[in-house]
Amino acid sequence: MTEEHSEGLAFHPMDQFMVKPLFGDGPIHWYTPTNVTLWMAIGVLAIVLMLVVGTRGRAIVPSRAQSIAELTYGFIHKMVEDVAGKDALKFFPYIFTLFLFIVVSNFLGLLPKAFTPTSHIAVTAVLAMLVFVTVTVVGFVKNGTHFLGLFWVSSAPLALRPVLAVIEVISYFVRPVSHSIRLAGNMMAGHAVIKVFAAFAPLVLMSAVGVVVTPLSILAITAMYGLEIIVALVQAYVFTILTCVYLKDALHPSH
Amino acid sequence: MEGIAQLGQYLGAGLACIGMAGAAVGVGNVAGNFLNGALRNPSAAAGQTATLFIGMAFAEALGIFSFLVALLLLFAV
Repeated sequence: MTEEHSEGLAFHPMDQFMVKPLFGDGPIHWYTPTNVTLWMAIGVLAIVLMLVVGTRGRAIVPSRAQSIAELTYGFIHKMVEDVAGKDALKFFPYIFTLFLFIVVSNFLGLLPKAFTPTSHIAVTAVLAMLVFVTVTVVGFVKNGTHFLGLFWVSSAPLALRPVLAVIEVISYFVRPVSHSIRLAGNMMAGHAVIKVFAAFAPLVLMSAVGVVVTPLSILAITAMYGLEIIVALVQAYVFTILTCVYLKDALHPSH
Repeated sequence: MEGIAQLGQYLGAGLACIGMAGAAVGVGNVAGNFLNGALRNPSAAAGQTATLFIGMAFAEALGIFSFLVALLLLFAV
């Protein structure tokens, strides 16, 4: 966070989030291949491998790769249908793509030395803004001005409605902010905690206190890593399910 | 003067962490009440996990705003 590195730690816990060019140390332009580009490409490649090569056999008794692909597809398909309704299935390819990209980026970021694209607000903000714009456009195209009924809570007493309308409008426009920062914040915080413990691990080489600290920090890394595996899945799930909820609001804006 | 401003920045960012307590209470409340209901009627629990996660996400969002305030204080002031 600050310019100078802290003295005690072997490395800074936020170093892992630095965007670096892949070749050389030049300035970063929009076309420079960086480690973000690399890990996004690896993620897309992994998804394509899983879905295209994994299901190529079309076996009746599916192989492991084929079952993973089929289970993921069925899971998201059911979620879109349950949460957003049958008429939201038109958007299923988009939501499935979102889920796969986020979950694969999250999981790949857990590999040592890897980079997590979803830990950057720049990446998640684009995803969340796309959802926000899509949902707003769909709402107006499907319902016209009736979409504004989302902000006019007709079940509340008339005197309260203007106040509620202001709150509803604010909460509507805060959606992309919380949607993007939830994912980026969770990924960043978890990885930073792992790296903080990792920085304490080599203490045994430097001082006698390390005899106690090193095993404790290795234990903590293992525990946090386990938690991070759950968080990686849950945050992708939450991002997708919130997209479905927003989509439901756009398709059926009655309050 | 710059030192005092920086002091305020760091103090404010640290104070923003108190918001985490609120998010913790909120998320714990959601999960606790879900478990409470789920143990009374386990057959209905499976259908409500989506609601559980939506509720958790909304409770968590307010905690995320404190993180946002901390970030803004550190990098945008």
